[in-house]
Amino acid sequence: MEVYEADVVIVGAGGAGLRAAIAVAESDPALKIALVSKVYPMRSHTVAAEGGSAGVVQSHDSFEHHFNDTVSGGDWLCEQDVVDYFVAQCPEEMVQLEHWGCPWSRKPDGHVNVRAFGGMRIERTWFAADKTGFHMLHTLFQTSIKYPSIKRFDEYFCADLIVEDGRAQGVAVIEIASGEFTLIEAGAVIFATGGAGRVFRENTNGGIVTGDGMALAYRHGVPLRDMEFVQYHPTCMPGTGLLFTEACRGEGGFLLNKDGYRYLQDYGLGPAEPEPRNKAMELGPRDRLSQAFWHEQQKGRTIDGPQGAVVHLDLRHLGEKRLRERLPQIYELAEEFLGVDPALTPIPVRPAVHYTMGGILVDGRCASPLPGLYAAGECSSVGIHGANRLGSNSLAELCVFGKVAGLEAAAFAKSATRRDSATLLKQAQKVEQDARALLTRTDGTERIAQLRREMATTMESGCGIYRLADTMQAACDTLDELRQRFRNVGIQDKSSVWNNNWLLTIELGFQLDVAQAMACSALNRKESRGAHQRLDGFEQRDDEHFLKHSLAHYDGAGPPRIGYGDVKITHSRPAVRAYGAAGEKAEKLAKEAGNG
Amino acid sequence: MARTITMEVLRYRPEQDAGPVFQTYEVPFTDDMSVLQGLLHIKDELDETLSFRWSCRMAICGSCGMMINGKPALSCKTFLRDLAPGPVRIEALNHFPIERDLVVVMEDFIDKLERIQPYIIPKEPRTLEQGEYLQTPAQLEKYEQFSSCINCLLCYAACPQYGLNPDFVGPGALALLHRYNADSRDGGAAQRMELVAAEEGVFNCTAVGYCSEVCPKHVDPANAVNQNKTTAAADYFLGFLKPKGSRT
Ligand SMILES: Cc1cc2nc3c(=O)[nH]c(=O)nc-3n(C[C@H](O)[C@H](O)[C@H](O)COP(=O)(O)OP(=O)(O)OC[C@H]3O[C@@H](n4cnc5c(N)ncnc54)[C@H](O)[C@@H]3O)c2cc1C
Ligand code: SF4
Ligand code: FES
Repeated sequence: MEVYEADVVIVGAGGAGLRAAIAVAESDPALKIALVSKVYPMRSHTVAAEGGSAGVVQSHDSFEHHFNDTVSGGDWLCEQDVVDYFVAQCPEEMVQLEHWGCPWSRKPDGHVNVRAFGGMRIERTWFAADKTGFHMLHTLFQTSIKYPSIKRFDEYFCADLIVEDGRAQGVAVIEIASGEFTLIEAGAVIFATGGAGRVFRENTNGGIVTGDGMALAYRHGVPLRDMEFVQYHPTCMPGTGLLFTEACRGEGGFLLNKDGYRYLQDYGLGPAEPEPRNKAMELGPRDRLSQAFWHEQQKGRTIDGPQGAVVHLDLRHLGEKRLRERLPQIYELAEEFLGVDPALTPIPVRPAVHYTMGGILVDGRCASPLPGLYAAGECSSVGIHGANRLGSNSLAELCVFGKVAGLEAAAFAKSATRRDSATLLKQAQKVEQDARALLTRTDGTERIAQLRREMATTMESGCGIYRLADTMQAACDTLDELRQRFRNVGIQDKSSVWNNNWLLTIELGFQLDVAQAMACSALNRKESRGAHQRLDGFEQRDDEHFLKHSLAHYDGAGPPRIGYGDVKITHSRPAVRAYGAAGEKAEKLAKEAGNG
Repeated sequence: MARTITMEVLRYRPEQDAGPVFQTYEVPFTDDMSVLQGLLHIKDELDETLSFRWSCRMAICGSCGMMINGKPALSCKTFLRDLAPGPVRIEALNHFPIERDLVVVMEDFIDKLERIQPYIIPKEPRTLEQGEYLQTPAQLEKYEQFSSCINCLLCYAACPQYGLNPDFVGPGALALLHRYNADSRDGGAAQRMELVAAEEGVFNCTAVGYCSEVCPKHVDPANAVNQNKTTAAADYFLGFLKPKGSRT
């Protein structure tokens, strides 16, 4: 087995991983960085983000406003000290990207432009047309080429974390082109492996978004925090789940039911006005909008499409010119994938799984409880999203916390004691043996496509927009059974070169563990909060018992143990989450009370 | 009722196949299904051993380029309904060595990307405290199109010159090079010019223009290459007037 000695190894070369790599390289050019990714960096799923990235810039905006939007949007399950740090760092990180060449959309005077986004009280979403994630990712990737200390391992698959002496000390990776293993030793490890949305059926995620880093950290004893909170995005393509960005609504798009009625006004988000108003109607938060869809469907007011119930995203009044300029990719998606010209016809949409709020437990400095292991980006739970993420906070998160993770891991690696290479190698050989056993066995009868399908179906019914104890229980039971059956999986492809049948099998193992953490965390949260909404007697938020983070602890072949941890409240006490006119009134009252 | 379409897919498994061979699959399809979804159907239901790259499904990650009925295209953005009744012929991208099945070796492109210095070389350095560089929408427009390259390599598969001479930097990377040169924040054009004018640079291009035709993102790499031909020619000419290294 080849061995590579690094100071810091980063698994994941999406926005978070690349930002971390650059931070390490800039902090000390002498540090050797290994940047591992199972796809070429620019294929990472950050590429798909459309809408934009948050950072306060306007003079009538403030960090306090961004903080309040984030914490109330997260239904008070956020770590408030971390949110404070986050909102204060966002603008600088956005400017940093600008200096690195990100083609941010501009105002006529040459300053960066910002747009409105759901749940944000003031426009603070930086955007690069409707390809923000694409441009951020390519900017970061291309900039990373400048730093000779970043050694990339493109198309290397991380099979396991190497923990020795109670400390993360490297990773075992598979070169996809050859099937050969490499041990990458390191003083510190950063996971930036992205989300896990592919455990669901209809989703906006790319095929690679399989929760690998989450599962690996979890198996090594690091709890997964707040996994029950899975965001449904309200405006996705029926069937495929492909996304129509929230910016469609930021630009003024309407959501209509089968009667052409802007139904959101019936769900505490009104009044309906012709112009978009921040934090109201179509610019309400995602959880509320997805829930409203569900209710409309119950009332028989959605439209029946070939791929199930839909509502209409109406952009016609914006006109072709503005649509082509501000939402060019959306225009093309609608035309090519649906045969719909959005300037002439409303786009059929429905909610689909979009984002994993929970993830690897880390503190505000991105350190997990396992010394030497750091995490950043969607795979982590640093504490800014709470029970519901606000759109455009996660791209900003990649930069802010990618950088923190890089700097902290660099400092840790420098002070780390010497490694015992022989024991690390032995561990990596064991990883290789186990992975190869999957490949060489000939008696496996279970097919991965079948197991994956059953997993996605049970997650959809158990952990949907609204949840019930019995379907959640059924999901937990099914996942238990699927994990048993997975032990009997058979792989047809026995080759070494680009055998992604083999890698998909390893990924499915990761997915099943992560799905189980989600379902069991959901079943145990006996209240409704943010993206976790129940209809079985726990319809209300219960701060007395559940103003708590859930923590899923891995427990071998059995289901996880679910524990709870405190939420850091510094200066925003939990209150009613109100949007639309009601929200404005509540804000005014709060202000008066504060002044009085 | 579901219709079916025949997909003839090029297979090559270096450990067992002497050379590439076609394998045929019957795939049921609906009107909204892409070629990629057809391949995923094969992978999930008919043959687990077929390898191909994909991820985003929405024509932005650049993974899924392949030859579809002889033309370079993104499989997630090409629809089976448009290819019916078939058969559909699927092959790995032209001009690249096949690693396995539909997966090509793309290191050559990555090397080229690294060589064009694809990052801002600041014209005037600026600190973060000074805030953003000002850039008007008109200045943005000068390079925005070229910054939309998703590195899908379709243009390389289309380029006859790259087929003949793999040293040619090629359309995609040259478009990106131009993207930086044309950015008002950048002052690195002179540094990059050496590569542009070099043997493997723009003069390889014989202006066939097929690259721009196949580009799924309207990058128009042919346009970038041509603009640089003019600059490189001007530079070459100036090179005669001014001895190298002289200052005005
Ligand atoms: C369609 C869509 C639109 C979005 N729009 C917005 C938006 O407008 N604003 C916003 O703020 N957020 C948006 N988001 C969310 C945001 O884009 C993501 O949360 C974010 O990009 C995740 O970045 P990341 O760096 O954490 O992970 P990713 O970009 O997903 O990267 C993960 C990396 O880890 C690597 N990896 C994973 N597993 C392994 C393994 N086993 N071995 C080796 N490498 C591995 C992958 O190769 C990849 O490089 C959107 C998300 C989607 C899906
Ligand atoms: S220029 Fe167009 S065809 Fe060529 S790599 Fe870029 S996006 Fe693909
Ligand atoms: S799958 Fe991403 S471009 Fe086709």
